[in-house]
Amino acid sequence: MSEVSMVVNGRKVSGSVEDRTLLVHFLRETLGLTGTHVGCDTSQCGACVVHVDGKAVKSCTMLAAQASGSEVVTIEGLADGADLHPVQAAFKQHHGLQCGFCTPGMIMAATDMIARHPEGLDEKTVRDELEGNICRCTGYHNIVQAILAASKEMGKAKKGKAKKAA
Amino acid sequence: MGMEGIGARVARKEDKRFVTGLGRYVDDMVVPGMKHAAFVRSPHAHADVKKIDVKAAMAMPGVIGVLTGKELKADGIGNLICGWMIHSKDGTPMKMGAWSPLAVDRVRYVGDAVAVVVAETRAQARDAAEAVEVTYKERKAVTDAVAALKSGAPQLHPEADNNLIYDWEIGEAKATDAAIAKAAHVTKMHIVNNRLVPNAMEPRAALGHYDKAEDHYTCWTTSQNPHVARLVMSAFYNVAPENKLRVIAPDVGGGFGSKIYIYPEEIVCLWASKKTGVPVKWVADRTESFLTDAHGRDHVTEVQLAFDKDNNMTALKVDTIANLGAYMSLFSSSVPTYLYATLLSGQYRIPAIHANVRTVYTNTAPVDAYRGAGRPEATYLLERVVETAARELGVAPAELRRKNFIREFPYQTPVIMCYDAGDYEASLSAAMKAADYDGFSKRRDKAKKAGKLRGIGMSCYIEACGIAPSAAVGSLGAGVGLWESAEVRVNGVGTIEVLTGSHSHGQGHETTFAQLVSDRFGVPMDSVSIVHGDTDKVQMGMGTYGSRSGAVGMSAIVKALDKVEAKAKKIAAHLLEADEGDITIENGELKVAGTDKAVPWFQMALAAYTAHNLPAGMEPGLKEGAFYDPSNFTFPAGCYICEVEVDPETGTTEIVQFVAADDFGNIINPMIVEGQVHGGIAQGVGQALLEGCHYDPSSGQLLTASYMDYTMPRAGDLPSFKVSTSNTPCPSNPLGIKGCGEAGAIGSPPAVMNAITDAIGNNDLTMPASPQKVWAAVKAATKH
Repeated sequence: MSEVSMVVNGRKVSGSVEDRTLLVHFLRETLGLTGTHVGCDTSQCGACVVHVDGKAVKSCTMLAAQASGSEVVTIEGLADGADLHPVQAAFKQHHGLQCGFCTPGMIMAATDMIARHPEGLDEKTVRDELEGNICRCTGYHNIVQAILAASKEMGKAKKGKAKKAA
Repeated sequence: MGMEGIGARVARKEDKRFVTGLGRYVDDMVVPGMKHAAFVRSPHAHADVKKIDVKAAMAMPGVIGVLTGKELKADGIGNLICGWMIHSKDGTPMKMGAWSPLAVDRVRYVGDAVAVVVAETRAQARDAAEAVEVTYKERKAVTDAVAALKSGAPQLHPEADNNLIYDWEIGEAKATDAAIAKAAHVTKMHIVNNRLVPNAMEPRAALGHYDKAEDHYTCWTTSQNPHVARLVMSAFYNVAPENKLRVIAPDVGGGFGSKIYIYPEEIVCLWASKKTGVPVKWVADRTESFLTDAHGRDHVTEVQLAFDKDNNMTALKVDTIANLGAYMSLFSSSVPTYLYATLLSGQYRIPAIHANVRTVYTNTAPVDAYRGAGRPEATYLLERVVETAARELGVAPAELRRKNFIREFPYQTPVIMCYDAGDYEASLSAAMKAADYDGFSKRRDKAKKAGKLRGIGMSCYIEACGIAPSAAVGSLGAGVGLWESAEVRVNGVGTIEVLTGSHSHGQGHETTFAQLVSDRFGVPMDSVSIVHGDTDKVQMGMGTYGSRSGAVGMSAIVKALDKVEAKAKKIAAHLLEADEGDITIENGELKVAGTDKAVPWFQMALAAYTAHNLPAGMEPGLKEGAFYDPSNFTFPAGCYICEVEVDPETGTTEIVQFVAADDFGNIINPMIVEGQVHGGIAQGVGQALLEGCHYDPSSGQLLTASYMDYTMPRAGDLPSFKVSTSNTPCPSNPLGIKGCGEAGAIGSPPAVMNAITDAIGNNDLTMPASPQKVWAAVKAATKH
C-alpha cells in the first residue's frame, strides 16, 4: 500500500492506495471525481487527461503514488464557480461535444494546448495536437472550431489585461 | 420561429454538466455494498469446454463468488435471442443457434464468456478471473463467411447446416435476368464491405442490484433502449418479470447501434447480484469492447448493373454473403435483409431488381446494426457500381446519375420501399457547386505538377429512417412494434416535463425536444425538462436507433402536446369567458384572438390543479400521453463529394475537401443536425480509409483488439467539412422530419473510394484504403 497526498482542484487530499492504483482510479474511486473518464487501456483515447503541476497528463498512465505531492486539476476544477472556463464555454457554444464522454479529456488537453501556444493556434496545429484524444461523435469539426475560438478569446482577454496593467 | 423555437441554433442544455465533468455514466454510479465483476473469457475461437475449476479463484483475496453457465442454466436464465424472424426463400425459418449468457459446453469466438467472478474490488475480480482454470478442447475455427459456407468448413451450430442461417431473396429474379440478358451494357463488380468495430468512447457497463426486501431488480446499463432491455430480459431471458425489474440508462457515452442489444453481461450482473447478495458492477475495458461489442458490416457481394443503349438503368442483380458472427445478435437478421436490400434502388429508376442474401455463422463476434445498418452496405455497393459504370460508358458520373434519378413522387421501388418525397437534383447541384466541381480539372493539373494524384468522387445516397409502421414490420418478421411514446406533464406552476421513450446518448434530445415545446407554447426552454432513460419514470418506449428519435419520438411528443393544448384552451376559454375556438397560444399566454384578453400560461396551469374554477365536468390536472406509430419510413437523401490527393510514392491519401448536401426535411436545430453529419462522415471516412477489423483466419484471434491496432479516425486524419441542407418535408409525420443521425456514415464511404480510384486510375481497391493498398494499386495501374 502507498500513502499518497496531493492537492486536487485546490483541496488537499490524501489516502492509502494499493501500489498499482492509477491516478485516474484514485481520482474517480477514492475522491469521487468521476468527470475524468477511462475510454481505453492503452493510453490512446485521452478521455482521462488532467493537469498535473500545470501539464496535461493522461491519468491512466500515471500511478497515484507518482502524483503524490503534486497539484492536480481535473475537469471539475476548471470553472471559476458558476462561470465556465473559456474553453468549456467554447465547447458548449460551438457544439464541440455530443455524448460528452471524451469531452473532459478534450477540454483539459485543449486548455493545455492553448497555454503552450500563446502566439495563437491555427487549424492544422490544433488537429495535429489532438492526436492523443479520440472522439467518435463529432468528427472533430466543432471541437477544432471550439478550440480555435477559445484560443482567440483567451488571447484577447490576456491582451486586455496587459493593457489595463500598463 | 422564436429564439428558442423550431429552427433555432440553440446551444445544448445538457452541455453544462458534460463540460464541467458532472455527466453521470454507468461507471460513475455507486450503490452501497457494491462489488465488482470480471468475466472469464474464452481465449479460443472455437472449443469444447471440458471442465471449469473455480477452487483456486475462490481462494483469492476479496473473492465473493465465481459463477458458471451451469448454475445460470439451473436457475432458468434463458438463451439470448434474435428478435427478427427471417424466412429463407424455401419458406424455412432462420436457423438460430443457442447462445447462453455464459457458455456451458462450447465456446464459439474469442471473448465468449464462460464464468464470472465477483470480488471486493475491480482489480481483485480481474486477478481471480485469471485464476479460474478452464479446460478446453480446441476445434478448428472459421472467421470468413465465404469460407464458412464451403463444404468441410468447421460447423458452429447443430441447428445450422453448413453454417447457413438463411438464404433469402427479394425482387424479381426472372425479370432481372431477362433485362441483363438483353442489356446494351452490364457493369459487374465484386464488392467487399469491411468489418468495423463501433467503438463508442464509453465502454459498455452494467450494474445489477437485487433488492431482497422488495424482491426487485435494478439494472443501470449503457443502453440505447432501456425499455427494450427490460422487455427482453423479462420475456425471454427470465431474469425477472417486468414489474420487478427497473432498467436505467443514464448518460450514455455514444452508441452507434452497439448499445441497442442486450448482452450477456447485464443479464449476468443482475442474476449474480441475487446469487451473491451484493450489487454487482461490470465495466468493459477497451479490449473487451473490441472482442464482445456487436461488430458492423462484413458483406461480400457480386453485383451487376445493366443499361440500355441510352444509358438508362434497366436491372440490378445482387448476390450477398453476410457474416453474422458466432451467434445471432438481437436485430442481426434484419440488417442484411430489410435494412439493406430494400434500399438497393438508391435514387434511381431501376425497373428490375433482385437480391439474394445468405447469412453465415463464423467464429467471430456477433455482427449487428452499426451506424447506418444495411443502408451503408447498399449505398456503397450501388454508388461504387454506378461510378464504375460511368467510367466504362464514358459518361460524366453526375450525368449518368441525373439521367436515372427518380423525379416523381411517390415512387414505388421494386424492393418494397415507396419513396414519399425528395429532390435529388437539388442535392447534387448544391454539392457540385459547393465543391467547385467545374474547377476540378485545373486543380488536378496543378497537383500533377507537384507530383500528386488528385481525384474526385461522388455518392448520391438514399436511406430509410424511423422503421415503420409497426404492423408492416411485424409482417416482415419484427418481434417488436416500432412506435414511440411520450407523456407531457404540465406542473401547477406551468413548468413542463416531457417523458419520452427515446434515449439520448449524444443526440441532444434535452435541447431539441425542449425547443419543440417552447415553440408550441411560447414558454422558455429552461422551464421544460426532458425525462428519459428510466423504466420507472417513463412507462414504455422503443429507444433510439435508426435515426428515429426526431421522426418518431418527437412525433409522439407532438401528439401529446396536441392533447395538452386542447385542454389548456378549454381551461383558458372558461377563465376568459370566451369560445375555445377563439383561444390562441402566444409568448406564454393564452389569448382571445383579436382582443387584449389573455391568461398567462402558468395561471392556466394553476387553475388546472386548484380545480376551483374548471369547466363543468372537466377532470383536474394537465397531463397527457400519446403513442405514435408512423405510417411510413422517412427517406433522407443527399449527395456527398470527396476530393483527395494521393502521394504516389507513399500511397498516403489526403482528403482535401469533403462536401455534404443533405435533405433531412424540416430541421429543429441546425447546429445539432450539422454535428450529426460531421460525426457520421468521420465514421464513413474511417471505414473507407482507416478502420478494418481483422481476425486471424486460422486461429480466429482478433488481431485488431486495441487502439494500437485498430485505426480510429483522429483529428489530423480529417478535414473540416462543408455541409448544407435542402428541404423536401417528409409528408408522413407532423413535423416533416426525416432523420439525420446516420446519413454521414451511409453516404461517405463510396464518395471517398470513388475519389481515390479516380485519382490513381485503378478501380481495384478495397476498404480501408490504407497507404499500403493504395501504393500497390498505383504501382499496378502504372504497369499497364
